[in-house]
Amino acid sequence: MEELVSAVIRGFPQGCVYALVAVGFVLTYKTSGVFNLAFGAQAFVSAALYWRLHTDPEGWQWPIVPAAFVSVVIAAPLLGFVLDRALYRHLRTASPVAKLVTSLGLLVALPEIAKIVLDMPPQAYGTEGIVPDGRVVYRFGDYALNRDDIVTIVVVILAVAVLSALFRFTALGLRMRAVVESPRMTELAGVNADRVGSISWMLSSFFAGVAGVLLAPLFPYLGADQYFQLVVTAVAAAVLAGLSSLPVALVGGLALSVVSQVMVTYPPQDSFVRQVLGPALPFVVLFGVLVFMPSLQRRREATDPLAGVDPPPPALAADERSRALTIGTYVFGAVVGLGFFWWVLTVANSYWLARFTEAVIYAVIFCSITVITGMTGQVSLCQPAFAAIGAFTTAQLVTRYDMSVLAAMVIGALLAALTGGLLSIPALRLGGIFLALATLAFALFFERVLVKEEWVGGGASLMDVPRPTIGPWDFGDDRAFFVLCTVVLVVVGTLVIFVRGGTTGRYLDALRGSEVAAAAIGINPARLRITAFALSAAIAGVGGGLIAMFSERFGQANYDARFSVFFGLVWTVIVVSIGSRTVEGAIQAGAAFILFPLVILQRFLPWLLNLVLPWHVESLPTGLTFILFGLGAITYAKHPEGSVEFGKRRSLNAVQRWIDRLGRGSVDTPPDTVEPAVSLPTGSER
Amino acid sequence: MSLLVAEGVTKKFAGITALDSVSLDVGEHELVGLIGPNGAGKTTFFNCLLGLLRPDAGTVTFAGSDLTRVPVHRRARLGIGRTFQRIELFVGMTPREHFVVAARARAGRGGLVADLLGRGRVTREEHDRAQEMLELLGLGPVADKKVEGLSLGIGRLVEVGRALMTEPRLLLLDEPSSGLDRAETAVLAETLRSVQRERGTAILLVEHDVDLVRSLVGRVFVLDFGVLIASGRTEDVFADAAVRRAYLGDLV
Ligand SMILES: Nc1ncnc2c1ncn2[C@@H]1O[C@H](COP(=O)(O)OP(=O)(O)O)[C@@H](O)[C@H]1O
Ligand SMILES: [Mg+2]
Repeated sequence: MEELVSAVIRGFPQGCVYALVAVGFVLTYKTSGVFNLAFGAQAFVSAALYWRLHTDPEGWQWPIVPAAFVSVVIAAPLLGFVLDRALYRHLRTASPVAKLVTSLGLLVALPEIAKIVLDMPPQAYGTEGIVPDGRVVYRFGDYALNRDDIVTIVVVILAVAVLSALFRFTALGLRMRAVVESPRMTELAGVNADRVGSISWMLSSFFAGVAGVLLAPLFPYLGADQYFQLVVTAVAAAVLAGLSSLPVALVGGLALSVVSQVMVTYPPQDSFVRQVLGPALPFVVLFGVLVFMPSLQRRREATDPLAGVDPPPPALAADERSRALTIGTYVFGAVVGLGFFWWVLTVANSYWLARFTEAVIYAVIFCSITVITGMTGQVSLCQPAFAAIGAFTTAQLVTRYDMSVLAAMVIGALLAALTGGLLSIPALRLGGIFLALATLAFALFFERVLVKEEWVGGGASLMDVPRPTIGPWDFGDDRAFFVLCTVVLVVVGTLVIFVRGGTTGRYLDALRGSEVAAAAIGINPARLRITAFALSAAIAGVGGGLIAMFSERFGQANYDARFSVFFGLVWTVIVVSIGSRTVEGAIQAGAAFILFPLVILQRFLPWLLNLVLPWHVESLPTGLTFILFGLGAITYAKHPEGSVEFGKRRSLNAVQRWIDRLGRGSVDTPPDTVEPAVSLPTGSER
Repeated sequence: MSLLVAEGVTKKFAGITALDSVSLDVGEHELVGLIGPNGAGKTTFFNCLLGLLRPDAGTVTFAGSDLTRVPVHRRARLGIGRTFQRIELFVGMTPREHFVVAARARAGRGGLVADLLGRGRVTREEHDRAQEMLELLGLGPVADKKVEGLSLGIGRLVEVGRALMTEPRLLLLDEPSSGLDRAETAVLAETLRSVQRERGTAILLVEHDVDLVRSLVGRVFVLDFGVLIASGRTEDVFADAAVRRAYLGDLV
C-alpha cells in the first residue's frame, strides 16, 4: 500500500508537466484549429532565449525577472503573432492535413533558427528554470517535492482555471472558438477573425513560452528534441480530452503519469506490465483513444461549412510545354543522372561513394512517402519504423538462420507491409491528422518498447550483415553495392510509376478528390487505403534492408542515428517540400537529405560567399538544411505538389515561353496559371 | 417487377423523425420523381437508399436482393449510380479522367498486382468509352481541363457522366438542377431523357424544380415532413389538393 502511495506521489510532478503541455496543446487546437506539433519548438525558443539571457555562464547573466519577462512575456507572444501573420492566417480554411504539415515544417525549422540567431552551443548544459533555487527540496513526511515541481503544479492549475473562465465567460473566448469553427461565418457576424486569430496565437504561444522556461530544469541539457518528446507524450492526454476540454487534459496528464508510475513500480520485476506497458503507456493510450473513442471518429475533421466561398487553391502551373521541351528535360535528367553514376563509379573516393550510396538508399525509402503522402494525401509519421522493421528483419534472419541477405530483405519488406496493413486497419476510419497521430503513436511504441526487445533489435551487440551475391555477381565491393542500390532504386521507382498510372493510383486520386464519390462508383476506400499503406511500408522496408547491408554491422545501436521518430518528421518535411507527387521528387529528396549539408552548405555556398564577401566563411551551419526544408514544407497548403517542384514547373514554363518567343518572334505570353472561371463547391455533404 | 423497392423506411435524428415509414418503388427503365419542400427528408431518404445512412426501420431491395447490410461501394457494383446535391467531383482530375476511372471501377478488374506488372494503364476500350461519354454530354471542349476550373453546370454533367460510366441500372439524382440556369437545366433534362430512352436506365429524380419534374417523369412521389403524402401518375399528383397545399402552394 505504502509502495502504491509513493508511486502515486512520484508520478505527480511528472504528471503536472504532461498536464501543462497537454493543456497548452489543447489551448492551441481550440483557439487555432491547428494540431500544433511545433508547440514544443515554440517552447524551446523561449527556453533557449532565457538560457541565453540568464543561465549561460558566458552569457549576459541577466537577473531572473527581466530575463523571464523578455523570453516569456515579450518574445513568446511575438513569435505567436508572427506565425499567425505570416502563416496560419492564410491557412485558416486549409485542410487539417495541410496545417499539420505546416506545423511539422515549423517543428523542424524553428529550433534551428533559434539556435543560429541565439548562437546556441550544440548542447546547452546547466539548465535552470525561472524558479529561484528551483531544486530546493521540501519533504512531506517520506515524500519530497522540489520548488520547480510545486511551481509547475500551481501554474498548471491556475492556467486551467483562468483559461476555462476565459472560454466560458468572456466574449473573446467565445469568438476564439467561433473563428476556429468557421472563420467565414464569424466574419459575417461582424467579428474580425484576423484579430481574434492573432490574439489566439499570441495566447497559446505565451503558454508555450511558460512551459518552455518552466520545464527547462527537467532536462540534462536544453534541446528541442527534449521538448518534442514531451509534447508527443502529452498528446495522449490532449487527445484523451477530445482536444477540447482543458480540465480533462489536466486530469488526463496527471492520470497518465501516475498510472504509468504505478505500473513500473508495483507489479513483479520482469512482468509484461512493468517492462513494456508501463513505460509505453502514453502511446498505447494515444493509439487506443484514437482508434476506439467514438466521439473522435464521429467528429473526424470539421471543415468550415463556408469554405466553399474561398477561392480554390491556385491551379497547378499549367503544363504548356511542347513535346520537344519535355523530351529535352528527360534527356537532361538522364544525362545528369548517368553523369553522377559514372562519376561515382570511376572517380569518387570511398567517402563520396558511401555518401552517394546512402543518397540512393534514402531515395528508395522516400519513394514510400511518395506513395503514402503523394498518392493518398495522408501523412504517416512511422516510415522510419517500417524501414527499421526491414533492417532488423534482414539482420536477424541473416545472423540467426544464415539466410541469403536478399531473401532476408524481401521477407523484411513483406513483414513491414504486413505491419503497415495491420496498423492501417484500425486507423482506417480516422482521416488526416488522427491517422498521422496514430502512426506517430506506433512509431513511439516501436522506439520505446519494441526496439529494446531482443527479438526485434537484436540486443546489445551488432549483427553482421553481409553484402549480397547473386549468381556470379558479388556485391561485396562498395562500388558494386552502389550499382545494386541504384538498380533497386530504378526498380522501385518504376513500380511506383506503374502503380501511380494504374488502377491503384487512379483510385487513390479519386479517393483524395472525394471519398463519398469514389465509393459511389464502386471503389472500396478501406481496401484501397490498406493497400497503399502496405505498399508504402514494403518500400520503406526494402530501403531499411539496404541500410542494414550498407552498414555491414547493424543492430539496436544504429537505430537512433537512422530511424528515430524525429526522422519520421524530417523525412516527411523534406519530401513534401521537394515534391511528394513524383518519383523524381523522392530521388531529389534522397540526394538532398544526404548531400545538401555536405555539398551545398559546406562547400558550394561558402565558396560562393567567399567570392563576394570581404571576410572568410568556412562553412554554413548544418541546421540550415532543416530550416530550408522546414520552410519549404510550410507552403504545403499552397503548393501541395512541393515548393521545389512548383519552382521547377514555373521555370520550365518560362523556358517554354522563351522558346516560343524565339520561334515566333512575337511577345504574347500565355498566362502562367489557369484562373478558374467559377469555383465549384467541394464540400462534403452527403 | 420493380427494380428498386423501399418499404417502410424510417429514420430518426435526435428527436426529429426525418422519415416516417416511406415506401417507394422504381420499375425497370422507369423515370420516377421524388419531390418535396426543403427539409422534407429527400436527401435523407436518398442516403438510406445508398447505404450512407442506416434506416432505423424498413427495407430496401434492389433487383430482388436485400440491400440492408450491403456497404456503399458494393451497391454501386450492383448497379446503382448516383449524383450529389452538393457537387462531389474528384478535385484535381479532368472530366476524361473521371470517366476513365469510373469505367475501370465498373469493370472491377485490376489491382495492385496488375499495376506492379505494368498492366494498369488506361486501355483502348476505356479510352473509347470515355470519349463516347464526353461526346454524348457535349463535354469535348473541356475534356482535359481540371474540374476545379469548370462551371457548376458542367460539373453536374460530369457527375452524371461519371455515374453513367458505371452502367447503372438505376440512376439516383439528388437535385441535379440546383444551381443551374435555364439553359443548363434544359441540356440536363435532354440528356436524362436520352439516357433513359437509349440505355434503358431507370432514373429516380429528386427535385424541387417542379417544371423539370413535370416535363420528365411519368410517376411522382411527394414527401412532406418525412411523410409520403401522395404518389401516382404525375398529372394526377399535381392535381391533388393536398400536394398543392403542402408544396406547390408556397412555390407556384
Ligand atoms: N445528420 C443529420 N442530423 C440531424 N438532422 C438531420 C441530419 N440530416 C438531415 N437532418 C434533418 O432531417 C430533415 C430532412 O433533411 P433533408 O433530408 O436534407 O431534406 P431535403 O433534402 O428534403 O431538403 C431536416 O429537418 C434536417 O434538418
Ligand atoms: Mg436535400
